[in-house]
Amino acid sequence: MSTKEAAPWESPTMMAESSRSLTICRAQREAVEWEMANSERVFMMGEDVAGFGGVFGTADGLGDKFGAERVIDMPISETGWIGMAAGAAMEGMRPIIELAYVDFIGVCFNAIANHAAKTYFMSGGQYKVPMVLISGTGAGYNNAAQHSQCLHATLAHMPGIKVVSPTNAYDAKGMMHSAIRDDNFVIFLVHKGASGVGFMGPLVKTSINEVPREDYTVPFGKVRVYQEGTDVSLVCVGLAVHQALESAETLAGMGISAEVVDLRSLVPLDREGIIESVSKTGRLVVADEDYHSYGVSGEVFASVIEHDASIFKAAPQRVCVPDVSIPFSRPLENSILPLADRITAAAIKTMEGK
Amino acid sequence: MTIPTNIRRSMYETMVRSRFLDDSLTEQYWIGKRPVFAFGAGPLPGELHTSHGQEPVGAGVCAALSDDDMITTGHRPHHIAVARNVDLKKMAAELFGKKAGLSGGRGGHMHIYDKSVNFSSSGIIAEGLGPAAGMAFARKMQKKPGVALSFLGDGAVNQGAFHEVMNIVGLQKLPFICVIEDNKWAVTTHKSMSTAIERNSDRAPNYGMAGEFVQGNDPDLIYAAAQRALERARSGGGGTILEIETVRLSGHFMGDPAGYITGKDEEYQIDPIPVYRSRLIEDGVISEHEALDIEVRVRSEVDAAINFALEADYPGIEDALNCTFA
Repeated sequence: MSTKEAAPWESPTMMAESSRSLTICRAQREAVEWEMANSERVFMMGEDVAGFGGVFGTADGLGDKFGAERVIDMPISETGWIGMAAGAAMEGMRPIIELAYVDFIGVCFNAIANHAAKTYFMSGGQYKVPMVLISGTGAGYNNAAQHSQCLHATLAHMPGIKVVSPTNAYDAKGMMHSAIRDDNFVIFLVHKGASGVGFMGPLVKTSINEVPREDYTVPFGKVRVYQEGTDVSLVCVGLAVHQALESAETLAGMGISAEVVDLRSLVPLDREGIIESVSKTGRLVVADEDYHSYGVSGEVFASVIEHDASIFKAAPQRVCVPDVSIPFSRPLENSILPLADRITAAAIKTMEGK
Repeated sequence: MTIPTNIRRSMYETMVRSRFLDDSLTEQYWIGKRPVFAFGAGPLPGELHTSHGQEPVGAGVCAALSDDDMITTGHRPHHIAVARNVDLKKMAAELFGKKAGLSGGRGGHMHIYDKSVNFSSSGIIAEGLGPAAGMAFARKMQKKPGVALSFLGDGAVNQGAFHEVMNIVGLQKLPFICVIEDNKWAVTTHKSMSTAIERNSDRAPNYGMAGEFVQGNDPDLIYAAAQRALERARSGGGGTILEIETVRLSGHFMGDPAGYITGKDEEYQIDPIPVYRSRLIEDGVISEHEALDIEVRVRSEVDAAINFALEADYPGIEDALNCTFA
């Protein structure tokens, strides 16, 4: 099941009768609710989670259901309470914490990178840190350089952190169940533009799908192939997946068959899944809204090259944010994001001289 | 309050154990590091921050603890680890990077973890505060007993984490004690050059916590103050900032000759162990003969731990790769 996993919405016979369409934030919230109802060890902590339900609706209604003792509002003191969450996890709890915008990671990076990520290793396995950090990523809503970053490569670079980023509701719920049940520190990133929060504008249709009411897990470390193709692999992370689906339609009109691959988990990374797709197509475009250099795109290239550099029929291309801060002005911002047109152009480039 | 004689005797023994360990480590540390000094050379590599002079803090506070209580501490952890009864052999083996060490040699001197006695340390200044508060928080949620203590230096108080965590501890009335080891020095910067007020414990009321300052690097006074703070935490009275005057008799780390400690500052550098020894003899708690007995016994215990560490095997290189995820 390394590249092609049939999801319930793709196969009506698999779909439970109790399924219904949800957005990512509703789906992941449902997993949190189930886990909290089924384990006293699970609790939620963050800013504006108890009454308000979290800035992105990730805790909507949980405060009312579980009370202020298990859905805990915290002051704006992330190094303090994220450090606390790590300590609570070391003492047997399973905290779910929310840092609304991943851009704020700097204020708690010590707690994350020097404690939560390293404690299991440094203690020789004596202390586990089973905690989930939820955070929103991404641009595309004119909120400028400090509220629009992805930073997933920065986090994935640190050993000891699992970093996942689902791009549809079904995966979001299953991966949230997996994250809470994991004995390790998991960072759960959702692009704000795909999560389904009201202030981000129209919903991204391809992020909404059928979600079973019962609990289920989606394992980490397996790519999801959204769409099979034979000419070029569009390997994506986050919102870029949905842009690539749009691009694939355009490419199909030109007679180019694109395979759309969602990494959905950066740590662990499904290198076999990447290699399997590129082995088939021989051409690779990586679309990633994180910065261009030293990031996921380079890592995807390396995964293929280290396996067999001769797989490529054409030089691989990447469509990322070109190592600049995210601009505020609409035309400037749109010009640097990995939108469908840029992905299409990159894919066409790999087809030149075919 | 009158402190039982067995506790006073045991605090002396704890201080001596920590001192002898640090003396032996110092001896081992210099092997292979002369004439050219390099952190990475010799059988005991890395930075080494010994606890010479700060033993009363570990001995006094830990003598008041129960098994349920939890500790996080910083880059100078030996005196607290010893006082918390972290296994001496396993700890020594860890410092020498051996497989038999507490973390199989993955942690080293600044990263001492012993879950069996609820002990952990971190080399990142003031960042043990959050995890300790979280441990207290977990026990509160689990309705289990246990007070969390985080030890840090007077210099560490100037980190933002201190303000953030103290505010939350006060807000949530957590069973928590912030133990500030006031040795007056943040590496080479004197407390008076980094902090406008003399006593960080004075900040406590502003956080909704109790504050207490203990002068004299005196195990008896430290024990009594720790008892009060623990009682407060256990009875739901919330957290305490317990600032304890102590002394760093060595440099910041091994290799720092501490030439900046001069004049009046130098007069403050009094070794607490002979002082306490004389007082216990004077008070009739132990005789000279009993003191010698303790010292001889502890010396051989420490020697055995060091020898165990020296003779232990290094881990196989696969151990670098097999402990990143549970």
